[in-house]
Amino acid sequence: MKLLESTFRDNILITRVDYFLNWARLSSLWPMLFGLACCAIEMMATGAARYDLDRFGAGVFRGTPRQSDLMIVAGTVTIKMSSRLKLLYEQMPEPKYVISMGSCATSGGPYWQHGYHVLKGVDLVVPVDVYVPGCPPRPESLIEGVLKLQEKIRNERLLARGISSVMAS
Amino acid sequence: MSIQEILEKLKARFEGISFELVETKVDPFIKVPAKNIAEVAAFLKEDESLAFDSLMCLSGVDYPNTLVVVYHLFSFKHGHKLVLKVETPRDNPSVPTVENVWRTANWHEREAFDMFGIHFENHSDLRRILCPDDWEGYPLRKDYKTQEFYHGIRVEVAEPPDPLYEAKQKSKVDKAAKPTGTSATKAAKPDSKATTEKKAE
Amino acid sequence: MLETADLLKEGIKEELKSDEMLLNMGPQHPSTHGVLRLVLRTDGEVVKEAVPHIGYLHRCFEKHAENVTYPQVIPYTDRMDYVGSMNNALGYVIAVEKLMGIKVPERAEYIRVIVAELNRIASHLLAFGTYGLDIGAFTPFMHAFRDREKILDLFEEASGARLLYNYPRIGGVAKDVPPGWLEKTRAFIDYFKPKIKEYNDLLTFNKIFIERTANVGVLPLDLAISYGVTGPNLRGSGMKWDLRRNDPYSIYDRFEFDIPVGTGEMGTVGDCWDRYWVRIREMGESIKIIRQALDQIPAGEVMAPEGLKAIKPPKGEVYVRTETPRGELGYYLISDGSQQPYRLKVRSPCFTAMSVFHEIARGGMIADMVAIVGSLDIVLGEIDR
Ligand code: SF4
Repeated sequence: MKLLESTFRDNILITRVDYFLNWARLSSLWPMLFGLACCAIEMMATGAARYDLDRFGAGVFRGTPRQSDLMIVAGTVTIKMSSRLKLLYEQMPEPKYVISMGSCATSGGPYWQHGYHVLKGVDLVVPVDVYVPGCPPRPESLIEGVLKLQEKIRNERLLARGISSVMAS
Repeated sequence: MSIQEILEKLKARFEGISFELVETKVDPFIKVPAKNIAEVAAFLKEDESLAFDSLMCLSGVDYPNTLVVVYHLFSFKHGHKLVLKVETPRDNPSVPTVENVWRTANWHEREAFDMFGIHFENHSDLRRILCPDDWEGYPLRKDYKTQEFYHGIRVEVAEPPDPLYEAKQKSKVDKAAKPTGTSATKAAKPDSKATTEKKAE
Repeated sequence: MLETADLLKEGIKEELKSDEMLLNMGPQHPSTHGVLRLVLRTDGEVVKEAVPHIGYLHRCFEKHAENVTYPQVIPYTDRMDYVGSMNNALGYVIAVEKLMGIKVPERAEYIRVIVAELNRIASHLLAFGTYGLDIGAFTPFMHAFRDREKILDLFEEASGARLLYNYPRIGGVAKDVPPGWLEKTRAFIDYFKPKIKEYNDLLTFNKIFIERTANVGVLPLDLAISYGVTGPNLRGSGMKWDLRRNDPYSIYDRFEFDIPVGTGEMGTVGDCWDRYWVRIREMGESIKIIRQALDQIPAGEVMAPEGLKAIKPPKGEVYVRTETPRGELGYYLISDGSQQPYRLKVRSPCFTAMSVFHEIARGGMIADMVAIVGSLDIVLGEIDR
């Protein structure tokens, strides 16, 4: 703040409403604590001391879906769990996003072939915004996934949501 | 105590029951008739010189003609181990529970019921434990077929995904597009004929 | 209906009626360590009955094991107890080796012991950190993860992965450790030893923490044995029992170490605090083992020649149990002479630890449930497999 002090007087900034709202939203993505399996340990590592997900405003893990914007599905989703997953997704307030972390959540992963009780991809149940591959993805990959999601949010047209939510890259 | 001595003790105690000692590569085991397993188990635990106070593991196994329940016992007091097996027919498998002897058997038997459909008589709470209650079939049986849908959720993926799927799709479109143009190559023609024929079928 | 004043005048003769309530905890709950569902029948704050429901992470391990070859099972064993992967894989490879009669080279045995003990420390660190989190202390979590990352770095150098290693193989280990790794490990344990005191200052002897965990969730020894509870949970109930000492596998009979047991220092023998305290002290014992192994490790091969050929054990069956960070992990392996296991049953320590939950939870407060689940240190991946 030292830097900004007495640089400007009371002033106004001119920006687009969309840009401003998107900026506000992408800078405070609150994920839901949704650890399912091994990937959850890496998700915890991402939030903990070394990788510090908080740098990107996405480190406030909430215990309840009602306070969160982002659902990081970290781990294997089983058939028994899938209905609960859907319920939790529906309880999240709009706008909501889903990151599918790890190959299990994306497609069943190592349990794809003989896993009679494993859901073959969480996108069968809820819509997914970003897929993070890996088994488990390194914390860096998850951070990259969050950044990608932020990029997506940045280009969203809130006032006409869904029309041009094309990713920039 | 060696398995031979244990067998002698069992034979002395239960005269009417036929025990059978089977040697395998590493762990030998004793076969016990299914209907007697509960009393044998109780004896193994109560007898001072045997004192099998711990059930390490209870597993179901699906052999081609029979289902088998395997008990791995251990005695903290004497430090010896024992493997018991009981056989039960594949249709209508039923074994008395040993839950009253070792309480850990409660969940292990529920698991065996869930995975193999072995019914444990007098079990206090025989429900599925891992799969949902209304799951079809017993997954670890060798002839298990996965159900296709569970409450509208697709369980089994019908075909493995083809890694070249997109490329193929693209070439199909290309091939289909080319003959409509005037300069269709000869090589492409029979191919496109084949696809149109297939469509007609 | 009587007014309150009338009631007071009469003196409340009638017993106050209370309703029982069913409370669902999980399967998605921040402090159930994964997808565990507890159905609690409560009377006010007091839990009358607690029924655990499991299976929300049932990933069909045993079915997979029957459908892949022997070496291919190892990645799946890693994924069972993903916090102690090295220990899990170790138990499995020992089972196959026993069936095939493979003699593992000395150096490989030492490397296995070193990585297994490092993994034990990492696992207990996670248990320590998340237990603090459950009870309401956030800082220990950060400290635990800071040091855990250092262990993961070592593993990454040796095996290439941070969490699931596929490092122990049938007949040895995947590859020799890189040059300088052993010195780094020594540097790590020198660094880590004083940290245990830091943890104790942070959490173990914190008054609030003791209040929350001492005398809570007492597990008597006879109940523990009857339910097949093993590992730190059994030791917390006061039994000096460790498979590394009492039924040694690999080369554990060559090392000097103590077996910490619960003594009821802060409350009753077998309460949550005792179980927790056993884990903290075990980290110190693991350091001792690693130091001895580092002193003794010879040079040489890390793979037996049989391990390089196709693995095809003879017909037979074997039950092998090893001491993982969570207790006695047993593999019951049946071979029919082909390249795939005929049956592989896992006896999971968390499974039995969870089955005793309803006994020790009865009569506790709702907030105690969190403390009890955390102190059992369960990993759902291993309960459900
Ligand atoms: S993707 Fe891999 S690490 Fe992640 S949950 Fe699945 S098996 Fe575990």
